[in-house]
Amino acid sequence: MRLDLILRVGAKLVLPFILLFALYVQFHGDYGPGGGFQAGVIAAGMVILYAIIFGIRAAKQIAPPSIVEFMVPLGVLIYCGTGIVSLLLGYNYLDFTGFHPDFLRAHEWGILIVELGVLVTVSSTMIAMFYAFAQRGRR
Amino acid sequence: MSAMTFLNAVEPHLPILLIIVPLFGALMATFMRSGTVAWFISLVVSVLVALIAWKLLNTILSTGTPIIYKIGNWEAPIGIVYKVDQLSGFVLLVIAAIAAVMMPFARRSIAAEIKQRAQPWYYAMYLLCLAGLMGIVITGDAFNAFVFLEISSLATYVLIALGRHRRALLAAYQYLIMGTIGATLYVIGIGLLYVLTGTLNFDDIASRLGPALADPERRNAVMAALGFAFVGVSLKLALFPMHVWLPNAYTYAPSVATAFLAGTATKAAIYLLIRLLFTVFGVSISIETLPVPQVLIVLSIAAMFLASFSAVFENNAKRMLAYSSIAQVGYIMLGVGLACLPVLAATTDASPATTPNNGMTAGLVHIANHAIMKAALFLALGAVYYRIGSVLYKDIAGIGRTMPLTMLAFGIAGLGLMGTPGTAGFISKWYLALGAIDTGWYSIVFLIVASSLISLIYIGRITEVVWFREPSAAAAQAKEAPLSMLVPLWILALLTIYLGLDTRATVDVAAEAAKVLVGGIR
Repeated sequence: MRLDLILRVGAKLVLPFILLFALYVQFHGDYGPGGGFQAGVIAAGMVILYAIIFGIRAAKQIAPPSIVEFMVPLGVLIYCGTGIVSLLLGYNYLDFTGFHPDFLRAHEWGILIVELGVLVTVSSTMIAMFYAFAQRGRR
Repeated sequence: MSAMTFLNAVEPHLPILLIIVPLFGALMATFMRSGTVAWFISLVVSVLVALIAWKLLNTILSTGTPIIYKIGNWEAPIGIVYKVDQLSGFVLLVIAAIAAVMMPFARRSIAAEIKQRAQPWYYAMYLLCLAGLMGIVITGDAFNAFVFLEISSLATYVLIALGRHRRALLAAYQYLIMGTIGATLYVIGIGLLYVLTGTLNFDDIASRLGPALADPERRNAVMAALGFAFVGVSLKLALFPMHVWLPNAYTYAPSVATAFLAGTATKAAIYLLIRLLFTVFGVSISIETLPVPQVLIVLSIAAMFLASFSAVFENNAKRMLAYSSIAQVGYIMLGVGLACLPVLAATTDASPATTPNNGMTAGLVHIANHAIMKAALFLALGAVYYRIGSVLYKDIAGIGRTMPLTMLAFGIAGLGLMGTPGTAGFISKWYLALGAIDTGWYSIVFLIVASSLISLIYIGRITEVVWFREPSAAAAQAKEAPLSMLVPLWILALLTIYLGLDTRATVDVAAEAAKVLVGGIR
């Protein structure tokens, strides 16, 4: 019998709340402390905790390396793409005025999308770095 | 929508497109699995960037007023602005043009030197580096410049580490440590400036530094900021004696990466230093508080001699050129240093605002000329490496007989490096000598000639090796380089001659930029 029962059960209880907190920090970012970077680190922390408790093989099933590697440039693409959309709407790069008739609402939306890009890139980069270190000497 | 209305709609956004086109291209390249597709993306992006830079410089030269682009439409001190003036337009075009010309060369060279799986990553990193370098030059914000400095540096570390030799990784690591120290020092300097002035915009800092300097308590902080930023950027541009990372990095990086970095990377850092000294701090502050021009001149002359001596005794052609690069950076910085000094009244009959400063003109012209010549030299070595897999003197002995066209182009660029009349290198040294005479430092003219004689030795030595020695086993088997390599190489070699005869494209623009930079201050 494995001796880490408390850890395994405890981790399973905590994991969803870590992700929920990451999302809270993410959506809180436009008005309060927080944002995509912090949320990305917290979300990646969930996967890393899972990998530490249940092993890297199990972690790779919930976050496959191919998808993680794809997400790294994807987040930057979301960020850049937002700027390009504002160019196409006839405004300066990353000027979100065109996203909504209301100026403040438009900028809220713009920042939210940009932060989403940050979340994707930061979380996937953290996970990719963890995989790279955890795999050393195994191949 | 017709093409004309499309161009009109795009034109105000050209400054930002200069950054997001390569950034977007880099992202596309990471999604590719084939090196050839990634290469094609890079080719299209590089040409597009060069066209945009050309258009921007032309607009600047015809209107004379800087182009300002507000990111997110936020006004200058609050938001980040991109600013293209004569100086940045000139450097932007040099970097973009060098990058575009060598792209056709890259495909075969990269396919031969880098593992299949890593090829798309090479192109992604190359484009990221290009975006970073363009960003350093175009931004009007001190911290934004730091971010772009890091983007280009991080990409550069990867480019170097992709080299075939085992020591490439070590060279990349060495550069990473040195580069990080440099970037840290720069950001400390910027941080001090931010505390002193409350702003990060270059022009805004410049206008608010005066009161800070007048206050005796804050005066020391301004000097510290100048010192930190100066040393930090000098590390990046490999000013002697902060150059130790450069020879290994250039020797072990893939051939095309070396040519690209030698032509562009140090140039962007040199631009940043010029921007800091002349626009942000202002020459008068540098002279009165710290002996910046004297330090620059002494270190530059040391680089011209000591690095050239190292080049003479090298037996690896790439490393020899790397040392020569350090010496050539010395020439550029010597021009910048001379530009900081007051011009003697006897030699100028008109006011500084109408007469371009010869030292600054020399420095700026040599940014372009050195980029062209050194890119040509490294591309020639890249072609040799492609054929025989080595650039050691013993292996390339006699290769002129089997690869005459490649080596002829190498020879032309080498002549330029020495400063032979009729080549671009001569123009740079001519204006440098004029700059020295203007400031009354006549002995420097002698030193310029003397250091050119040393470059005659190291170029002469490799010329002797490749043309007059018995071919080595590898060289005897070699074939002439393929056309896709010869064409970029010869474009650069012919440019070396063309810019030595017709100086309108380089000297006139550089003089214009020098006028704006130096004239505005005195």
